[in-house]
Amino acid sequence: MTALDVATSDRIGVVHGLKRLWAFVRRNPALAVSLAFLLAVFLFALLSPFLPHDAYRQNVLARNAGPSLKNWLGTDELGRDVLARLAVGARVSLTVAVASTVIAVAIGVLVGTIAAYAGGFIDNVIMRFVDSMYAFPDTLFAILFAALVKGQLGGEASGLLAPLAEAYRLSGGLLGVLLTLGLTGWVTTSRLVRAQVLSLKHAEYVLACRLAGASDSFIIRKHLLPNTMPVILIAVTFVVPNAILLEAGLSFLGVGVDPPTPSWGTMIATGAQSLQSYPHLLVAPTLAIGLTLLALNVVGDALRDLLDPAVSASRGAAT
Amino acid sequence: MTDTPLLQARDLHVRFNAVRAVDGVSLDVQPGETLAIVGESGCGKTTLGRALAMLQKPSIGSISFAGTELTGLSARRLRAARRQLQMVFQDPYASLDPRQRVGDIVGEPLLIAGMAKAARQKKVAELLDMVGLGADMAMRFPREFSGGQRQRIGIARALAIEPKLIICDEPLSALDVSIQAQIVNLLIDLQRRFRLTYVFISHDLAVVRQMASRVAVMYLGRIVELAETEALFQAPRHPYTVALLSAVPTLAGTEGLVKEEILLTGDPPSPARVPLGCRFHTRCWLRKKLDDPSQCLASEPKAEGQGRHFAACHFADKVASVMRAPSLLRKSQGAA
Repeated sequence: MTALDVATSDRIGVVHGLKRLWAFVRRNPALAVSLAFLLAVFLFALLSPFLPHDAYRQNVLARNAGPSLKNWLGTDELGRDVLARLAVGARVSLTVAVASTVIAVAIGVLVGTIAAYAGGFIDNVIMRFVDSMYAFPDTLFAILFAALVKGQLGGEASGLLAPLAEAYRLSGGLLGVLLTLGLTGWVTTSRLVRAQVLSLKHAEYVLACRLAGASDSFIIRKHLLPNTMPVILIAVTFVVPNAILLEAGLSFLGVGVDPPTPSWGTMIATGAQSLQSYPHLLVAPTLAIGLTLLALNVVGDALRDLLDPAVSASRGAAT
Repeated sequence: MTDTPLLQARDLHVRFNAVRAVDGVSLDVQPGETLAIVGESGCGKTTLGRALAMLQKPSIGSISFAGTELTGLSARRLRAARRQLQMVFQDPYASLDPRQRVGDIVGEPLLIAGMAKAARQKKVAELLDMVGLGADMAMRFPREFSGGQRQRIGIARALAIEPKLIICDEPLSALDVSIQAQIVNLLIDLQRRFRLTYVFISHDLAVVRQMASRVAVMYLGRIVELAETEALFQAPRHPYTVALLSAVPTLAGTEGLVKEEILLTGDPPSPARVPLGCRFHTRCWLRKKLDDPSQCLASEPKAEGQGRHFAACHFADKVASVMRAPSLLRKSQGAA
């Protein structure tokens, strides 16, 4: 087989995969709508600097104004455009969601793989620690952790913490939220990954690889991690929406993103204070969070169906 | 065949808590021979195979391969020492990584050995050709192949770094009968070409008779009879072996002794509670015919032999005469 043949067969494989994906999306209208919505939110966040209004520009003459042609979603208590703040808030939410998920999943994969692969005493120690993390309600844990981070980095810091504190200040508290969600959100992932690695590590192809003289790291890199990818993807579909929700919760409670940086959580917090007089301030960010989470859950479900070995095996047999 | 053994196991035990999966096995594998290990499901064949390859750490005992003691080696030195010991696995679906291309699967041992890419591709093409698959299959994924083809891929992988010994762990049990024959022929052919030594784990006595030079019969974690293949099939000396042979539906050439079917009653005892005395006494038909001698419960028989034929039975010498006594074979007319 020549290099050209290989390249074409690969391309055919990719095209075939995309076609199947497209067919799958077309059969699931809810999935199509959700994907479109998430794409819109993403573009909205990306294009926030080009919106006609500045998210930070105050206008005391037009405070708490209702929706109008000029300010589509009205203005907040300082006269700032709600739509513009929603866009910047989307940036914050999505950044937090993606970055903290990367941290959390990386830790989860590392911990789960080590526990399962090492086994025995090490596995026991790690998993009992994970169990004790699990026993805490994660919201409570995140609040405690975020408050701790804010206390350490929010004020004057010296020594080793000084550069971290500077980064924290520059990010408007975003760094604290990232650390909190990253360092608390890995627990479920580590359990899923551990279970998968545990079932794979005695697979016959792993034994064959070991007999061929492979080191542990070779086996983990070449066999265990690639075959754990579906599980990791499924973990991501749990972790992302959870991170968005927790970020909003932390910001709502004042231990998340610092004002004046808008986030959906802080917008809900201020909106809730004037719920009866100016409901539009609460409705907009609440809907934004609610719909985004709904869309993420629909996509997550679809992804799980797509990756389910039983489902995809029967589909593979049919084609 | 009196060379120094290629693989030598001495008093090998593998325990999982109370379960004694392998319970004191000693055997020698001579270079160039095929040693078959037969026995019922759950008798410890697979565990023994994995222990011989040091994929399962023995609890007690020693294994030496090509003159090197394998137990107690560090992971790094073990890898080097058993490089020429490879395995072919039972399940051709579980033994190939579904995410790797066939070329990568077969070439993986070469990659680990540090062979450069171009040389590796050439070697992989040769290996695929050797096992009867085209070199152009290298870019495909395992799911595109049938069970027999997958088993050929597994064999190609085992051959990649030119092993001396291949442990075949029931390589046929997942295959159709017609495919089994092809794989048997391939294994025999490869053995002749490369002077390979096989440890062939199986429960298929017909295949064992065709392939093996010697046969070890395993019961509850221990080898109860070990003999040259024809000696074992013509004149078994352990009552368990007799029962196994009698269970084979049609086996041309077994006219010698075992004519009627001897049904063993009950399940084999749990390997967590091995019976005292002879481990086979709970199901032994010979013990009943000899009117329950006390020895069977009192002491565990040692594997003792006539020449190169070993059997762990107190009454190994009586097996043949009891089999021949017509009064004791009630069903013989019907079965013959």
